[in-house]
Amino acid sequence: MGTWTWFHKLASPPHFYRIAGKMIPWYAIPAALLIATGLYGGLVLAPPDYQQGDAYRIIYLHVPSAWLGLLCYTTMATAAAVGLIWRIKLAHALAAATAPIGASFTLLALATGSLWGRPMWGTWWTWDARLTSELILLFLYFGYMALRSAFDDLTRADRASAVLALVGVVNVPIVHYSVTWWNSLHQGSTVIRSGGPAMPPSMLVPLLLSALGFTFLYAALACVRVRGEVLIRERNASWLQELASGR
Amino acid sequence: MTPRRKRLLTVVAILAGVGLATAVAIKAFDNNLSYFYDPSQVASGQAPAGKSFRVGGMVTQGSVARTPGSLEVHFVLTDFAHTVPVSYTGLLPDLFREGQGIIAHGRLENGVFVADEVLAKHDEKYTPPEVAKAMKNKQAAATGTKS
Repeated sequence: MGTWTWFHKLASPPHFYRIAGKMIPWYAIPAALLIATGLYGGLVLAPPDYQQGDAYRIIYLHVPSAWLGLLCYTTMATAAAVGLIWRIKLAHALAAATAPIGASFTLLALATGSLWGRPMWGTWWTWDARLTSELILLFLYFGYMALRSAFDDLTRADRASAVLALVGVVNVPIVHYSVTWWNSLHQGSTVIRSGGPAMPPSMLVPLLLSALGFTFLYAALACVRVRGEVLIRERNASWLQELASGR
Repeated sequence: MTPRRKRLLTVVAILAGVGLATAVAIKAFDNNLSYFYDPSQVASGQAPAGKSFRVGGMVTQGSVARTPGSLEVHFVLTDFAHTVPVSYTGLLPDLFREGQGIIAHGRLENGVFVADEVLAKHDEKYTPPEVAKAMKNKQAAATGTKS
């Protein structure tokens, strides 16, 4: 039992609400520093590409956004599974809090890719495997959020949407490997590839800093949003009334 | 079996079922999920005849010929085993150049691929991996060694 007490304590809403609130600056400040450094390194210090010139610099937003789109979905599906199996409401709250963040960054990845695709490929959009699976990822987020809002009862919304999140997780490896499995217009992975990253360190380091910064940004946003979820779920709880009247 | 264990198995079953169904579906679609055919596939008749499709390859060095006074351009696509002559009228993307990987959409007419859209394919090595792979295989086959 001893090893699990911290877990059960964390899973108690008042404790979690307080911890999540304390964690926000610990995620938000590194996020701001890393993203600022990454963007400065990428947009100002890094050399231009020999064929694309400066246009390639959109990757410093595009790749971290796409990374977060996949990270958020994986987090959401894992939290949903934990919520389903162990009946932990906070896990469902985390999944629900993550969905709009993931949807936003997936949309940003699609938009930045489209802006780059028009001059480089010659088209805003095409139905190749990568672009299509990324669009499906966005629709899975939308479907998850729509399904949640279709229920008045939170417990039922949690369970139904968790099943959808689980079913959709199959799309995550498809998005990642779509450029490997099939001929596609979208290029293969630059960072995660056999033979090492296909970029000089002067371009790669800012990209990694930006991606790490975006990851911290997700953590900070998740803390803020999951506190909101806890407030809604616990609105009638005595600890919350004590907290509200105490201030 | 405890209820929790039952729920765990249910979740595993959902993941396994969906994963299996998707794997089977992807297997069934096979090449239809690929965005383009390479010149060797066109030469061996794998590309749909009489219908429009995409062909991807490298623009052969020295093959680009423009018709003065118009947007008409002719070039040859290659995967270093087979070639496809392409004719296209319109604006070309920034990355279009000889030695660059491109993808053309159109149909075959009398052995010439008449394109209505030409897209440049960019990758970290500026060679489509499919073409590079095909090149490597074809070169290995040509020299009699198997890769």
